[in-house]
Parts: sequence; C-alpha cells; structure tokens
Amino acid sequence: MIRSSIPRIVLTVLGSFLAICFWPAESYSDLLSGTAEEVGFKVATESRERQKGFGNFTASLTMTLRNKQGKETQRSLRLKVMEAQEEGDRTLFVFDHPKDVKGTAFLVHAHKEGPDQQWLYLPALKRVKGISASKQSGSFMGSEFSYEDMGAVEVGKFTHRFLREEPCGDLKCLVLERTPKSQDSGYSRQLVWLDREELRTIQVHYFDRRNEHLKTMVVEGYAKYLDRFWRSSTITMTNLLTGKSTVLLWSDYKFGTDLDAKDFTRTALKRIR
Amino acid sequence: MLFEETQRRTIKSPFPAPGEGGKSAPASRLPAIFAVVLGVLVSMLPTTAYPAGFTDEVDISGRLSTEAWLYPQSAAYPDQRSYAGGLALETTFYVENDEGTSITVTPFLRYDAGDPERTYGDFREAYLLMYGDIGDGEWELRLGIDRVFWGVVELRSLVDIINQTDVAEHPNEKTKMGQPMAHLTWSGEWGALEFFATTWHRARTYPGPRGRQRYEFIVDQDMISYESSAKEWNIDLASRYSGLFGPLEIGLSVFNGTQREPTLLPIFLDSGLVLAPRYEKIRQFGVDAQLNRGSLLLKLEAIYRAGAKNSRYIQHLNTLEEEDYAAFILGSEYTLYSILGSNSDLILFAEWAYDGRGRWATNAFENDLFIAARLGLNDTHGTEFVVSVLGSLNKSSRVLAGEFKRRLSSDNWLLHIETSAFLDIDEDDFIYYVRRDSYVKINLGYSF
Repeated sequence: MIRSSIPRIVLTVLGSFLAICFWPAESYSDLLSGTAEEVGFKVATESRERQKGFGNFTASLTMTLRNKQGKETQRSLRLKVMEAQEEGDRTLFVFDHPKDVKGTAFLVHAHKEGPDQQWLYLPALKRVKGISASKQSGSFMGSEFSYEDMGAVEVGKFTHRFLREEPCGDLKCLVLERTPKSQDSGYSRQLVWLDREELRTIQVHYFDRRNEHLKTMVVEGYAKYLDRFWRSSTITMTNLLTGKSTVLLWSDYKFGTDLDAKDFTRTALKRIR
Repeated sequence: MLFEETQRRTIKSPFPAPGEGGKSAPASRLPAIFAVVLGVLVSMLPTTAYPAGFTDEVDISGRLSTEAWLYPQSAAYPDQRSYAGGLALETTFYVENDEGTSITVTPFLRYDAGDPERTYGDFREAYLLMYGDIGDGEWELRLGIDRVFWGVVELRSLVDIINQTDVAEHPNEKTKMGQPMAHLTWSGEWGALEFFATTWHRARTYPGPRGRQRYEFIVDQDMISYESSAKEWNIDLASRYSGLFGPLEIGLSVFNGTQREPTLLPIFLDSGLVLAPRYEKIRQFGVDAQLNRGSLLLKLEAIYRAGAKNSRYIQHLNTLEEEDYAAFILGSEYTLYSILGSNSDLILFAEWAYDGRGRWATNAFENDLFIAARLGLNDTHGTEFVVSVLGSLNKSSRVLAGEFKRRLSSDNWLLHIETSAFLDIDEDDFIYYVRRDSYVKINLGYSF
C-alpha cells in the first residue's frame, strides 16, 4: 500500500510542477482546442482581455485621406479613452482640423452588447445632440474608416470562428472570421489576422453586405506601453472598390492620466476644447 | 404712461446697436466704433497680458465671412432693399490654467453695407469657467456672458429661453446674443441639475427700415419698456434637470423672469406708426425629451408659459391680450446610413409644431408641419444638402427652403448657400409680412 502510494505522490508533485512550468504552452494548446466557434470565441476573448486594464489614455490622431488620384487631405483630432468596469469603454473625440469643425466633439458610451450611445457637440450652437446609435456604418470624417472601425472591438457584438494558422510577414498569425450581430453594421463579416504570440490585430479584411471584399486594414508599428499594452502607430485602411485610402497616425500616447467618468458626461462635453 | 416707461437704449447691451436708419443722429454711430475698438483690444489680450497662471493653454480660433442676400421679388414695403451684403468676424480667445479653470472671450462684429441696424458688435461669450469634484459628482460654475442651448428638435427650439435671439443676424431665430449670467451645474450619475441667474436683459435685434423680412412698421428700439420695475436689471432665475434613462434623454426646465420675446405694441409718433417692444415677466415650464430607437429618434419639446401676451390687440386699452398658453413640437428623425452603398447619409425629419394660442400666436408656428431631408455626402469637402418644407395645417402658407454647404479645396474656406421661398402666405398669418421676401443667401467663410 505504502509502496504504491509514494510514486503516486511523486507523480502528482512532478505533474503539478510540470504543469506550472509549461502552463503557457498548455494554455496555448488549450486556446486552440475545441470547435472552430469555441476557439474563435476563446481567441477573441483572450485578445480583448489582453488589451484591458489600461485604465485610461489620451492620444493624438492624424488622418491622411488619399483619393484614387493620390490627392491627400489631412484631418487631425485628439481622443480620450476610459475603460469602464461593467460597461464598454467611453471615448471622446475632439476635432482640431479642418478648422470649420474645430471644437466639434463626439462622445461614445460603448456597450458590451446592444447599441452604443453617441453624442455630438456642436460648438457654434453650444448644442449637445444625441445621435442615432446606428451611425456605426457611416464614414468617420469622410475617411475610409467608419464609426464602427474606430472603437474597441467588443467580443459580445460578434460571433467568431477560428479558420486557420498561417504566416503573416515575420510573424505567425491566427485567422478568425467574425460576424457582426447588429443589423446596423455595414459588414457581413470580417477576417482578422492576430499574431500568435501577442494576439495583436495585424490585418483585417472587411466584407460588405453583399459579401464582397470591401476594405483591408493593415496595422503596423506596435510599441509596448506600461510594459503591457501594445499600441500601434500606423493604421492603413484601403477601400478596394474605390481605390481610396486613409492612413491613421497615432502619437502622444499618454497612459494613467487623471481622466475619470466625469470627463465623459454630456456636461463635460460642453466645455471640451 | 407708456412713454414714461420707455427709456434710451444706452445701457441695455455691451455693444448698443446704432440708431434706426434715417432718423438716427450721427452720434449714435459711436457705439459701433466703440465696439470695433473694444473688439480689437480684446483680440490683443492673449498676446499682451494673461491673468496670472493662465499661460498653460492659449487658443485662438474664429471665422471671417462675407455674405450676400438677394431678394428677387419686389418689396412689400417702401424703402426695403433688394439685396444686402456685409462682413462678419467672430473670434474666440481661450486661456486655461493647469487646474482647468478657463476664460473664453468671443467678440462678434458685423458690418452691413446697407442696413445700419445690422452693423453692430456683441460679446457672444466672455466667461470664466471652473469646475471640480463634489462627492461622487462634479460642480461647474460659469460666470459672465455665455450662450446656452436647450432642446432637441430642428425647426425651432421651444424650451430654449436663456439667450436673446439675434433676429437681425438671421430671421431663422437660431443665432443667439450673449447673455450675462451665473450658471452653476451639479452633475453625477443621476444626471445634471443646473441653476441660472441672468440679468442685463438683452433687447431683441430687428432689421431697420431698409431691411427685408421685417414687419410693416419699424420696431423702435428707443421705445423699449419692461414689466419689471428693475427694467433690464431684473434678475431672471432658471433651473434645468437633465438625465439619461437608457435610450431616453429628458430635460425639465423652469424659467422665471423677463421674457426674451417682446410683444410689439403699435404707437403713433410724429414720424408715423412704430412698434414698441415690451418685455413681460413670465414663468415658463418646459420639457424636452428624446427617445433613441436605433435609426429613429423621437423628440418632444413642450412649454407652458404664464404671464405672456398674445398678438390680439385691444385698441381701447392700447395693449395686447394676456394669455397663459401651452405649445409643443413633436418630432422624429430617421437616418439612412450609407445609402445605395455609398458613403452618403440621408436624414429625414418630420416635426409638428402646435401653439395653444392658435391664430393669436406670436409666431408662425401655431399649427404647422415641417418636413426636411439632409443629405451628407461624407466626402472630404463635407458636402451637405438640405431641403425642407414648412406648411401651415390650417392656412395656405408654405415655406420651401434649400441649403448647400461645401468646404472648398483649401480646407479653411466654407461655402454656404441657402434659399427660402415664401409661398401663398395667408393674409391672416403672423408672418404675412414676409410674403415677398423670398431670398437667396450666399456666405463664404474663412475659418482659422
């Protein structure tokens, strides 16, 4: 009895030790086990979870809009983002250029499921206008980005499916297909390339309601902030039907600012600069 | 009696408008010069001296615009011109310290080539703003001249009452004059509660004898009278609660003080009949609400106003009839995004305006339907088209309007063209006086 129980204890301890040592690997294969839908959901959730916990940040954004002939127009704005514990993120965009919309601000209270709430502040009238939550498919400032491309991707708004693993540049990527649940989305589905190590978005293909490949988004220049959060510097969105493209340049990332929920209210919107 | 109550306009606004066209003395042009000088002085403020500690963030922005109004139809009244043109400059100076306390100053100057009533200056804003935490919530105080907007519908804002309307600037009654006030906000997860105390009542501007879209008789700004014994120094109090309940936004407001909209009383002077503006003390309760149902927004604005006069003239008393009344606007807004696979958005508006005073309402919205469509191309030029029709439900009157807006290839220039056609305006309609004033307005603005 005693003789046979010793190896069992040894095995258990050894097993636990090995399990702890190889937990990431275990976790990784865990991540990819299950049906395509289960894996898709797990990968998307894990990718989203890794972006969480930043608290808040501010950043500046320059958009270069390029038409088919290569003619360029610049737009600039600032944004403030705050993570909300139970609900989705709160985001505030303040436009600086073109000058006729300077001071115009756009506030989004994202919800993990269901439609977001959005307000526009028009400084000339000092008016805060609640706008239709289905605005998501509309173009953001005349760019190739639509409003739904601008915010954080909430897992609950899509159904996911894992397709395959494949190389993407120097990295290895997991390819997921995600289908928007909302009828207001401009897309029938999206193909997403996430790098296997960090689960960062590397590329997205957007398919329109007729299931044609409409746009491609390429994300580059990732840098790590606060030792934890990957943020890109350049995002290029190309419209394959019109030949137009928009390049987003991110700069001045600041994490751990003193922003809180009070900076994302309709009252705060009226004093935004 | 009335003559004893009237007074000179000299202290009623920071930038008194010059006199009434022909009968004004040259001296009354001085205020306009004064306004220009003051405007220039203010524009130098951020470069010469900041209040201590206000150097952290300085921002200057504004818009210089030139505009032309063309009236293709012959005028209904003598002296009225067939065109108008001028320049306007609105500049905002903003300084902020590291606590977030800020000063905003926005002088506005307009020069009109033809109508002296439209050559004037105003401080649209000149206020100190500070805010901070209070418990789980926040307080905010604004002291000085400011503009405040309440409301949800597009046709006209019924509940909105803090600021005077600048009718000389645009007859659509959407431009506001600056109003001196103390404005305290207390906000939290439960919503926002605001308190306003305003004084130095601003008189509503009106076009002079040469202007179009005016009454048959001239509004004589020297004949202003107030119900309040404090005249324009009456302290008007207002409060508003606004809250968000899921998809429902709601605002409840109350105003107690001298109303912004005057009643116009006919008076015979040696020079003829003029209209004397009289500002009554009123109490107004207002509600504005918007329900978001995906692409569809449902809106309501309603007021109950006590102490105001209607437009029924009681000749033997030489007064207008007092009537407590209710009015509402019910509206909806429906948005079609990315129509026909393009980047364009189409927004459709339908609003019904009703005024309990019926034919004695003091505006054109006694029982009217407003339908509009706005097409935004979402291109780099921000091109936008608006068409609308406002029709009376019990009279023949109709107003057709169109608008076009486009940023020119250089990002700083914005072209804005608008037109309104007044069709079959009923003789009994309050706005009968505009029957021949259909217009085209072209505005070219430079933003900086």
